[in-house]
Amino acid sequence: MNRLEVNLPGLVMKNPVMPASGCFGFGQEYAKFYDLNRLGAICVKAVTVERRSGNPTPRVAETPGGMLNAIGLQNPGLEHVLQHELPWLEKYESPIIVNVAGNLPEDYMEVAREISKVKNVNAIELNISCPNVKEGGIAFGTNAQTAADLTEKVKSVSKVPVYVKLSPNVTDIVEIAKAVESAGADGLSMINTLLGMRIDLNTGKPILANRTGGLSGAGIKPVAIRMIYEVSQKVQIPIIGMGGIFEVDDILEFMMAGASAVAVGTANFIDPFACPNLIDGLEERLDELGFDSLTSIVGRSSALCNLNHVR
Amino acid sequence: MRLENMMITAQMEIAPKIFQVTLRGALAQTLETPGQFIHVQIEKSIDPMLRRPLSICDVDMDKQELTLIYRVEGKGTKRLSEKKLGEEVNVLGPLGEGFPIEEVKENDTCLLVGGGVGIPPLYYLAKQLVKKGANVITILGFRSEGDIFLESEFEQLGKVIITTEDGSKGTLGFVTDAIHDLTEEYSVYYTCGPKGMLRAVENSIVSPGYISLEERMGCGVGACLACVCDLAEANVETGKVYAKICSDGPVFKAGEVII
Repeated sequence: MNRLEVNLPGLVMKNPVMPASGCFGFGQEYAKFYDLNRLGAICVKAVTVERRSGNPTPRVAETPGGMLNAIGLQNPGLEHVLQHELPWLEKYESPIIVNVAGNLPEDYMEVAREISKVKNVNAIELNISCPNVKEGGIAFGTNAQTAADLTEKVKSVSKVPVYVKLSPNVTDIVEIAKAVESAGADGLSMINTLLGMRIDLNTGKPILANRTGGLSGAGIKPVAIRMIYEVSQKVQIPIIGMGGIFEVDDILEFMMAGASAVAVGTANFIDPFACPNLIDGLEERLDELGFDSLTSIVGRSSALCNLNHVR
Repeated sequence: MRLENMMITAQMEIAPKIFQVTLRGALAQTLETPGQFIHVQIEKSIDPMLRRPLSICDVDMDKQELTLIYRVEGKGTKRLSEKKLGEEVNVLGPLGEGFPIEEVKENDTCLLVGGGVGIPPLYYLAKQLVKKGANVITILGFRSEGDIFLESEFEQLGKVIITTEDGSKGTLGFVTDAIHDLTEEYSVYYTCGPKGMLRAVENSIVSPGYISLEERMGCGVGACLACVCDLAEANVETGKVYAKICSDGPVFKAGEVII
């Protein structure tokens, strides 16, 4: 038995690790470093109907324990992804998740409809949480009703399971999670980046040309853990957890908090081998902690807390 | 492209805030073209956390050594400057597309124009060009006399013209002033430096040339799209309207990208 295997709607994963959308392009860059079949799944960059040029540079700024980015959903557009990026990925067995974004609900629906027809696409990740675009993205993710409406529309056209990627830039993430679950979401991805800003002391201006950006990296992990812990107790659908995973223990912490699988983002930039290295370290750590399988630890934390509460 | 720890075998401050460091490791032998860069993790740390893209100034294939020249600008480069001999840094590289020199023939004259910390990658380029039998004229721009570095090294390879913004040495003004005064003919130019300088150089020379860009980077391998620039014309094959500085560049044909 494969102790690392996890099964989620549309995704049979030999291990729980996938690269996070936006941090891995469409896989080609990292395929130069290792066999992408090592990955539990491959989550590719956001796709919009039309090609997008993204934001002006600088697009990244560093901060202790993290980085701000404001790429702005740059991508070659639906047609190009259908013609080039997805066919290139056909040689890999790892399930593929495509992140879907847009300005209007109709845009999301068009991308989801077309992308989900492709035979090597196993799921879509609905991007209602990108903080770096003026329209779309986060605008759909900060209000429960808006998020639910979009989820329902995309579900009505998608042929594959839909994971809704939630924004942490909200007061009550549980409310939004429950709303998208009711609207038919098959799973959740959380969390996207936290809105932040840095200022260059020499110029007095923000470092990022977009002024604000999304904070990722080790510093946001406790926020992600808290949100996953809270949400997982209130929804039945599985959660793909992300936000500052750099070490094997981070993966286990996310899963104990309630995530069924995880995505690794910023860590890829520091070590191109981040994902396979994490996968390699998982079994040994399970042994050390005395767990039979990964699935047995999912949600362990809240289960234990609730048990204590009953006593 | 490799990922390995390289050992610091030399480090010194060669001008105010400008450091020269030598790194030893097998990766040095995999450098293909002058103008490529390496992405350096100065230490495993959360501050600084990201790698730093640094250009390669010189390569000694036999000794397996790379020499870099960098300016201390922030926490990462400050920490690198404090590293002692024998300490290691983790290096990803060589990365990017460097300066093309295949078309340069013996006795061709090449103009090299560098400004500040844009100068270092031109040194290994100059050495390679001279090796091919080409003549090299180098224009190096600095703020002031005290900031000058690599002058004597370039002088061993050809004619060197220094410009300083305060006129304390060489031509008063910018590299473009020296370009206008130049009497020699040249078939190609190569330039690296701040964006404003690159723009001015590109506008003042009609000969074909190559420019090397720098930008804040994330991954360094073309995945994160942090360091893009606009293409002057969309790529005919791919329809792409942008280029990734880390993997399509950092060197571009003059006019190919919008600076």
